[in-house]
Amino acid sequence: MTQRGWRLLTYGALVALYLLHNDLWLWNDSRLVLGLPAGLFYHLAFCIVTAAVLGVLVVRAWPPWSDADLAAERQGEPR
Amino acid sequence: MTLAVIAVYFAAVLLIGAFSSRWFHGTSDDYFVATRSLGPALLLLNLFGANMTAFAVLGASGEAYTTGIGVFSLMASSSALVIPLVFYFVGTRVWEIGKRRGYLSPIQFFRERYQSGGLGLLLFVVLNALLIPYLLIGLAGGGIALAQITHGTLPKWMGSLLIVVVVLAYVAYSGMRGAIWVNAFQALLLLVLGGLACWVVVDRLGGLAGAMQRVAASHPELLARSHMRPLQLLTYTLIPLSVGTFPHIFIQWLTARSARAFRLPVAVYPLCIAIVWLPSVVLGVLARLDFPRLAAGATANSMLVKVVERHSPALLVGLLAAALCAAIMNSFDHQVLAVSTMFTQDIVIHYGFHDRLDERARVLVGRLFVVGILLVTYLLSLVFDPSLFKLGVWCFTGFAALFPIVVAALFWPRSTRQGVAAAVLAVAATWSYLVVTQWRSPDYTLGGTGILPVALVMGVSIAALVVVSLLTRPPDAATLGLFFARGAAGGGVPAAGGEPAPTAAPG
Repeated sequence: MTQRGWRLLTYGALVALYLLHNDLWLWNDSRLVLGLPAGLFYHLAFCIVTAAVLGVLVVRAWPPWSDADLAAERQGEPR
Repeated sequence: MTLAVIAVYFAAVLLIGAFSSRWFHGTSDDYFVATRSLGPALLLLNLFGANMTAFAVLGASGEAYTTGIGVFSLMASSSALVIPLVFYFVGTRVWEIGKRRGYLSPIQFFRERYQSGGLGLLLFVVLNALLIPYLLIGLAGGGIALAQITHGTLPKWMGSLLIVVVVLAYVAYSGMRGAIWVNAFQALLLLVLGGLACWVVVDRLGGLAGAMQRVAASHPELLARSHMRPLQLLTYTLIPLSVGTFPHIFIQWLTARSARAFRLPVAVYPLCIAIVWLPSVVLGVLARLDFPRLAAGATANSMLVKVVERHSPALLVGLLAAALCAAIMNSFDHQVLAVSTMFTQDIVIHYGFHDRLDERARVLVGRLFVVGILLVTYLLSLVFDPSLFKLGVWCFTGFAALFPIVVAALFWPRSTRQGVAAAVLAVAATWSYLVVTQWRSPDYTLGGTGILPVALVMGVSIAALVVVSLLTRPPDAATLGLFFARGAAGGGVPAAGGEPAPTAAPG
């Protein structure tokens, strides 16, 4: 997949995560999952999944800017 | 034992601060932004530490004790998504322009981007007006937390004084370099000790599942979020945008060695948030088992300390106190340094002493401002009223509402100085009005709707920015060329620090 493809994929995943952050379906759920309340477990898992998506973002869709910006960055970067 | 651990901790901090001065170059660039030399790990620990205040750690457990697990979704997981994205989109861009143009402060960036000294001055006033109360809250909160954890052996005034003296020693002496190494140590301490304290307490309570089942039986409301409104969760995601306008975070972005140094902070930040916040929230909820009701005169924010004291050996209580000091100091020192940088660079040097101060004199002025700011903050903390703690949330609101001007400056060439000034003034007016009228609102939402004030203030900010920018004359092409043209790095045009800008990157 091209960098543009990865960028679109990860941006889409981040938008999905933003929507999934609003877990209305667990609002009144006080069941325990692995010892944690369902809502707390969900948001803990949310942090882990977010880290994974951001990991893909920085590896596959880096730099966040254009080639010209990258060239400017390289100019100031020690080799 | 607690006092002994606190003493060892302060000694360790001073030692690290003194040791880091070995790398101090003696230049103002090194004093204020560590010669832009931070690699990924130090950048991660410093960005994380600067955002993780004691106010957040104690406040999270206090809120969990009072209302339950909802605080994690409101403040932790929303930050885990939003803050790294601000680093990715805004931080890397700020770093690139800052390096190219030689900026040391956010005011320099805005002043040059919009070619307006007046706008720089306006932002200087507004950013400091929002940052100084935040700084005061951190110091006063630190004094109160130390008094609680030592049962008054260290009174509030002495706890705050200790923090001021230790921060003064390493910030005035080593500048950003001292703050960076001390904060790396402190952030590691925070990441390890919260989990350790939680593990010990949960073990003493018979394991996580057993303890939570007891909470489910006695206080089931703490394990769900019936008291929260969905709009509250939705609009709370705007609050972490404040990280994009905090002067101390802006300056920390400038300390990075390269844009690539941001990759680790972007990817790992959500895990750091979870590691610190989960123990705070779990311990806050479990505190209800031992302390079903708040004693007269007690505050919910003291529950973390109380529950750890009840179930842990004295050594761990001392280590928790050290972790609280770490949480206080690793944001406090960067804030002090940020205020000092803005006073030195944007007032003293910009208005009158640009050609008259050599490198050593600039560092000396920065040090004198650090001393002055710490002294004034300490004196104000002595008369600080704890009921003003909620001002902290309002400061976040003000910073978050200014985020659109950062985005416009970086990504919208058509934005104008008048548009940005209108947005800043609109934020100042709306924010002041809401602070006065909503101060007594118990749930910090607009009229109990669940919508946070930040949504309204930010909406006003965006409207003022867009409308006034479109009604006024666009910026000239030469200025835009410095910030937007492909490959243009402003060759030949003096950068903010007075040095010629690097030549253009090949486009």
